[in-house]
Amino acid sequence: MPETLLNKDRPPIFCPGCSHEQVLHALDRAFLDMGLTGNRICMVSDIGCSGFFDVFFNTHALHGVHGRALTYAAGIKLCRPDLHVVVTMGDGGLGIGGAHVLAACRRNLDLTLLVLNNFNFGMTGGQFSVTTPAEATVGSGFLNKLEKPLDLASVASAAGAPYVCRCSTYQKDLPEILQRAIAYKGFSVVEIIGICPGRYTKRNKITPRSIAAQIETQGARCGEVSANRRAEYGEAYRKECVSLAPPSRPTHLEARFKPPQSERQEVVFLGAAGQRIISAGEILGLAALSGGLHASQKNEYNVTVLRGPSIAELILSPEPIDYNGSRRPSVVLALAAEGVERRSGLFSALGAHALLLQAPGVKLPSTAAEVIPLDFKTLGIKRQDWALASLAVLARMDRVLSREMLEAALEMRFEGRTLDAVKAIVRNVAEGQDPT
Amino acid sequence: MGLTLMEGNEAVAWGAFDAGCRLFAGYPITPATSIYNTMLNLLPPAGGVVLQGEDEIASLGYCLGASMAGRKAMTATSGPGISLYSEHISFALASEIPVVVVDVQRLGPSTGYATKGADGDIQFLRWGNSGGVPGIVLAPVDVADCYLLTMHAFNLAERYRCPVFIASSKEIGMTRESVDLQALERPAPVERARNPDGDEYLPFRPAPGTDVPYFAPIGGEVLSRLTSSMHGEDGYITPDPSQIRSLVERLHRKLIAVVDRFSFHQAHMEADSDTLLITYGVTSRAARRACKQISEQGNPISHLVLKTLWPVPENLIRSTAAAYDRVVVVEANLGQYVREIRRVLAGKTVTFFGSMDGKLITPEEIMEAVHA
Repeated sequence: MPETLLNKDRPPIFCPGCSHEQVLHALDRAFLDMGLTGNRICMVSDIGCSGFFDVFFNTHALHGVHGRALTYAAGIKLCRPDLHVVVTMGDGGLGIGGAHVLAACRRNLDLTLLVLNNFNFGMTGGQFSVTTPAEATVGSGFLNKLEKPLDLASVASAAGAPYVCRCSTYQKDLPEILQRAIAYKGFSVVEIIGICPGRYTKRNKITPRSIAAQIETQGARCGEVSANRRAEYGEAYRKECVSLAPPSRPTHLEARFKPPQSERQEVVFLGAAGQRIISAGEILGLAALSGGLHASQKNEYNVTVLRGPSIAELILSPEPIDYNGSRRPSVVLALAAEGVERRSGLFSALGAHALLLQAPGVKLPSTAAEVIPLDFKTLGIKRQDWALASLAVLARMDRVLSREMLEAALEMRFEGRTLDAVKAIVRNVAEGQDPT
Repeated sequence: MGLTLMEGNEAVAWGAFDAGCRLFAGYPITPATSIYNTMLNLLPPAGGVVLQGEDEIASLGYCLGASMAGRKAMTATSGPGISLYSEHISFALASEIPVVVVDVQRLGPSTGYATKGADGDIQFLRWGNSGGVPGIVLAPVDVADCYLLTMHAFNLAERYRCPVFIASSKEIGMTRESVDLQALERPAPVERARNPDGDEYLPFRPAPGTDVPYFAPIGGEVLSRLTSSMHGEDGYITPDPSQIRSLVERLHRKLIAVVDRFSFHQAHMEADSDTLLITYGVTSRAARRACKQISEQGNPISHLVLKTLWPVPENLIRSTAAAYDRVVVVEANLGQYVREIRRVLAGKTVTFFGSMDGKLITPEEIMEAVHA
């Protein structure tokens, strides 16, 4: 076993009297007492004086951007579950990386986070951090007087960290505290309160004794938060994956049928959210494939989910499709006012050869296209199925697609009871009373 | 022949999977979300990991950690997220971390319009990092490209140890189209070069005869060390100007010097034409249609579709344009990549057409630009 994991070529360069150096030696002691070698540890750090830790250890090391160390650590740990991944950050990294601290607490990946809290930004001139007391005099003028310092132990516990410790750099049992935190199977957070002689003690009185008193006042806590005890994330993740079925490769459709028309067709669905417009578009695309055609589907909808227009533009072509903007629609399916309104400019451009299927209750702008009102009500077809039913109407009219192309698409896309239901809709349109 | 109906985003995910990607981290954002959805179906059952980051910064951070642990990693986002990626893009460039970053561009600026496309991030992808070190940017035209270029992106990231961007767009990523997957020529997956067993490992010493350092994973037997800060070959922060210069010049050189090896493109050359049209991305499709229509009118023009945008494939552009007096550049923004074309083709007449209104540029608009 090595006598130390500290880097002999890179001795510490902390200010004289800096508490970080004591933490460094305590952490080395903890590693040695655990019997670890450098290649079983990764030190991950960010910006600030605590960001030197990775340099001073002879271990795997990753030093990154301010506040983001926990994100690299998580990526490493998920790929190398056996590695001991120890993250150091200061009260600066805690503040700027707050979202990552909360996420790590909630996730419970087996990482150890050491927050070296010295109440200010040492490197940049002693500005206030998220832990600076309001009454402290620091490099940010009056600003810190107006904000409440953050209590990491409480925040970490509330966010779900299962192992939380608040301790002083000057506690004799710091190596043991660190060892227990590292050995804990789950996310452990250790706040180590210390002294910044370079900046903070110039205008503020802080001593090992006052730190001990502060911890006493705040409530000493060091150990498992029983309410947050749960499975470690990596193990739980791998367990979830065991039962997942491997995905099937993308399937292709062989050309099996002859489409009713051999020339390029452009079909525009003008509907509303909730009408399964995008799915119906995909069905038409698949039907095209079964007819040996190329297909392209462009969709347009608002980011709102159950409101607003939903539009699908399909191009079916015997040739590979280059430009796939809709140019001269041969068929327009007017299924809801929202879609018609969004593309109101389209109607005046339609020629007499264009076919326009008009769903019940949908008003149309004036157009030269052949307009065919649809009677879905008599057939008892619900509004959410009008898009699919319109495809069945087209098949019944022998326009764009045939019934066998449509059914091939449905069989490709659906299974079980859903397949039965959609086939029933198609059968209803194909064999029932003519809806046109 | 059987065709598959697939979205560009799904094709990116399959390309990543087939290239060996086994970690994906992303934050939901239209129009990139279906990459995340697809990766969630593909990776966990295959022993891979998918994470939903607490934000985009974290998403790329997870990828960087995983990559340094030896895993091929990818993230995907759109304009607002690529903005947040910036600090980690710089990190990946500086510390030579292989990663694939997909930008499914949406109409910008800022939050823009989530379900409308544009190619508004093209200069951002080159310069959206501190320090100005180049990465690689590949631009797909269609679903087939989404699959193939993503595979190439992983190979380039592995070979050159750098972030590689896929500059997709809503108009490609969320467009579903037929593609003959079986007919595609897939590149064989490339793995990053490992330090030879027993050799001393200096994490940033270029391998012999190259500008790319050997890789040793964090967590392996040999200690691996990296920092986002200025570093020497040993991976330690250094103030030494000669080491800094050596690093920065190598980072600058290592991709620019070899871009001829990965200048993906399609050249549709017509004899006796005096005009060369240059496009990239989805606009290339309208341009193909425009070229066909122009050709039917009797005066065909030539067309170069660039699929490697950064580093600028200068030799390809120069040699392709050599015989032409007139060059027309069309792109879905108000003039970003045309700056590079004008720089590379100094002395030639380069005219430009672009628009950003959420609609595809049409073949008619391109014909007008060509005939202007």
